[in-house]
Amino acid sequence: MRAVVVVFPGSNCDTDCFHVLRDVIKTPVEFVWHKEGNFPKTDLVVLPGGFSYGDYLRTGAIARFSPAMESVRRHAAEGRPVLGICNGFQILLEAGLLPGAMLRNKTLSFVCKPVWICVEDTHTPFTQKTQRGELLQIPIAHGEGNYYCDEETLKKLKDNSQIIFRYCSEKGEVGEAFNPNGSRDHIAGIVNERRNVLGMMPHPERASEAILASEDGRKIWESVCL
Amino acid sequence: MTTSEIKITPELIRAHGLSPEEYEKIKSILSREPNLTELGMFGVMWSEHCSYKNSKPILKLFPTQGPKLLVRAGEENAGIIDIGEGLAICFKIESHNHPSAIEPFQGAATGVGGILRDIFTMGARPVLLMNSLRFGSLEKPHNRRLFRGVVAGIAHYGNCIGVPTLGGEVYFQNCYEGNPLVNVMCLGIVNKDAIVKGKASGGGNPVYYVGATTGRDGLGGAAFASRELTEESQEDRPAVQVGDPFMEKLLLEACLELTQTDALVGMQDLGAAGLTCGTCETASRGHSGIQIDIAKVPRRETEMTPYEVMLSESQERMFIIAKRGKEKIVEDIFTKWDLHAVKIGEVKDGNEMRVFEEGRLVAEVPARALADEGPVYRREEKEPGYLKALQKLDLSKITEPKDFQEVLKKFLSHPSIASKAWVWQQYDHMVRTDTVFYPGHDAALIRIKGTQKGIAVSTDCNSLYCYLDPYEGGKIAVAEAARNVACSGAVPIGVTNCLNFANPMKPEIFWQFHRAVEGMAEACRALKIPVTGGNVSFYNESPAGAIYPTPTVGVAGLLENIENRVPSFFQNEGDLIFLLGETFEEIGGTFYLTVWHGLEQGLPPRLELDREVRLQEFILEQARASRLVSCHDLSEGGLALALAESTFNPAKSMGAICDHLDLIPAKIREDALYFGESQSRAVISVHPEDKEAVIQAAQHHKLPIYLIGKVDGNLLQIGDRIRLSVSELRSLYENAIPEKMKT
Repeated sequence: MRAVVVVFPGSNCDTDCFHVLRDVIKTPVEFVWHKEGNFPKTDLVVLPGGFSYGDYLRTGAIARFSPAMESVRRHAAEGRPVLGICNGFQILLEAGLLPGAMLRNKTLSFVCKPVWICVEDTHTPFTQKTQRGELLQIPIAHGEGNYYCDEETLKKLKDNSQIIFRYCSEKGEVGEAFNPNGSRDHIAGIVNERRNVLGMMPHPERASEAILASEDGRKIWESVCL
Repeated sequence: MTTSEIKITPELIRAHGLSPEEYEKIKSILSREPNLTELGMFGVMWSEHCSYKNSKPILKLFPTQGPKLLVRAGEENAGIIDIGEGLAICFKIESHNHPSAIEPFQGAATGVGGILRDIFTMGARPVLLMNSLRFGSLEKPHNRRLFRGVVAGIAHYGNCIGVPTLGGEVYFQNCYEGNPLVNVMCLGIVNKDAIVKGKASGGGNPVYYVGATTGRDGLGGAAFASRELTEESQEDRPAVQVGDPFMEKLLLEACLELTQTDALVGMQDLGAAGLTCGTCETASRGHSGIQIDIAKVPRRETEMTPYEVMLSESQERMFIIAKRGKEKIVEDIFTKWDLHAVKIGEVKDGNEMRVFEEGRLVAEVPARALADEGPVYRREEKEPGYLKALQKLDLSKITEPKDFQEVLKKFLSHPSIASKAWVWQQYDHMVRTDTVFYPGHDAALIRIKGTQKGIAVSTDCNSLYCYLDPYEGGKIAVAEAARNVACSGAVPIGVTNCLNFANPMKPEIFWQFHRAVEGMAEACRALKIPVTGGNVSFYNESPAGAIYPTPTVGVAGLLENIENRVPSFFQNEGDLIFLLGETFEEIGGTFYLTVWHGLEQGLPPRLELDREVRLQEFILEQARASRLVSCHDLSEGGLALALAESTFNPAKSMGAICDHLDLIPAKIREDALYFGESQSRAVISVHPEDKEAVIQAAQHHKLPIYLIGKVDGNLLQIGDRIRLSVSELRSLYENAIPEKMKT
């Protein structure tokens, strides 16, 4: 198992993901600079959080044109896992590797806090070591995490079990009160149809060590780094 | 008309903030009349902001020596302290008050940008940001707008650049109406052998300009003169600088990458006084001369004069001194980060700073004279007339409240006390995955990956205390910040301060400044924490009047083993609750007197430094012995508020029954017992089996210790005056600010 973390100018969770993969999960991992069109053969690609290119146009809108994204597309087309976290999720949407779009949070402000999410489906490389219905406490930190898609796309996501995480209470209840950003159907993470590309707003790398309040995020890394 | 043709008039000299005597000194340094560009350069470099001409004699009172200091206050952009294992910390606090009053979002954002550059200029990676914010009452829409804008601006910059903002403090007091305070602190970590100095040395070494382009922004102080120069450009100039955190992120990464090479001689950010400061300070520190050609400086506006280029304060720019022959290394790194590094000149032997524009000499000044030989003044001072009357407090006229519960509820609902989650949830306080204590604790705490170490930081200042007694208030500001750090289990190792005062030309204000610094310096000496740097912000006044003296203190502490950290909240049912320290009948200057009785008067509490030292030594010793389950210091609101806050464990509320207040032997008024603010006190909780050991240790330290209750249930009971549900209190505490900000 080998992993790469793609570094865009403005990425700021790149070293955090690298640290978890190398020091916590003990997986060989390398950084890939966004200008590298051909990156080394790898099993897992991580698109980390941050503000790629300052997010001055739309979150993720410029990053999708990076040479490295060509490699990411090829990697995904070969059926190997791609994990986009926060800004990484936004980039996957802009790149068309996942359906839908991101809107500003319903509060219109950035929000950073631990939230609960519920595992909706375990048939993905990212959730295979979790249980359906399992509750994970993982922090979010974003200004634009309000996932939106049209009716038709939502139906497809549901029919194909592509919704992987939903925001919920610590008891697992789903509802407006527990949705931190107003996302459609309380979506916190989705996969593509082939189930090898996951985009999620919560940051599992921030919840993978005992000293950091929660270790629930480790299950995602351990699933995908099996 | 070109710069050199403009005649220097007394009006121009005055417009540059220079006195006739200062102008004579400039003439004798140059042995001629300066031209306008040179006048502008002297004007900014000899301003209070750059030269500390009014504050320097007083700042000398601070202790700045210590065995662990690698870079002392004043030597560089920020001080540096050795923390062992080849690592050092570099930290500083600065103000951005006036820009934030005009344009809260960008004012606060660029304040964050500036303090970050001060830290990475030294080769240190910024790992945390803190802030101390003060506004007028939230009842007024204007103050809510300022508060919302400042918080969003700080969030915008810090979140984008990926340095966690770990909270700090926020106060709402009428004295800040019209003149809010925005003080931002940054702490960075650097390998001892990778510290970068802001010096230019080695004749022939190239100097580079990197980062954002130069515009006419930030020429504010010299507006009069520049209007004479370029009438038509005036309207284009933005009043406040606009920050670009993405540009700064690129600069940060590129500069830190450069420190890993052998191509670097020195580095300095272009902040206040821009290129003028960058060139003359680095040359002066390097005992060298320097020569630049400003025609090469990348610009965002056309037809800028040398005066404007040299004085521009455009954000996100760096000044790099490289080794001759290693230019390619420098250029390659900046190209990698899509930044343009432009060679604009070189270091010269001698001491002259020469500025050319396409071969034409436009300024020639001895670098040292500009950077280090500015005037220094000892301003007149006088105790304010109001003080004696204000310090009098007739306790017999202060009636004790009938219902102490209402007092506690009022405290918790007050925005100065209430939860600041509304603020810090807008800050990314977790990025870098090092944040061990979230905001809300006495001190912020981060780990250092690859070591056992932790770094704790707290910012503090009770400005009402400083108003009523600047000396005692200054002492308490340092002691409280250090106490907060100690309560988390970390040993305080250094202090930075941001001295916010009103107009120093007024003798009463200068007296406040002098007395506050004396008090702070005394506390620093007693607690053995050197001052590593900081910033002075004068002229904090609005038409409504002067702000209270606000010497904001930031203390950094070191935890050798982060497993010995101590949270601020009760953790387990059944743990015993002790009060540490002595309680006196001290009501003057308290939050209780202000909020319940509507009085801002009396003598603030007295701080005995030897008591403070013993308290902190005891806490640190017990933390190392892993006997403290929680520890929370007593400050505003006294014992009652400290106990209430201790029950608000973020994971799960913990009730407390403190029914042994009678064991506190002081014969004092009940309101003083519950709400008084006697200093050098803390509330700890410990496992029952550690009871005897903790009591014995306290006695050994000659520290008064009282077993007042235990962690239990879901009520907060204090003596026989308070018995309330924790969830009710917590809801007041958590909803106060969000409710106010809905409107």
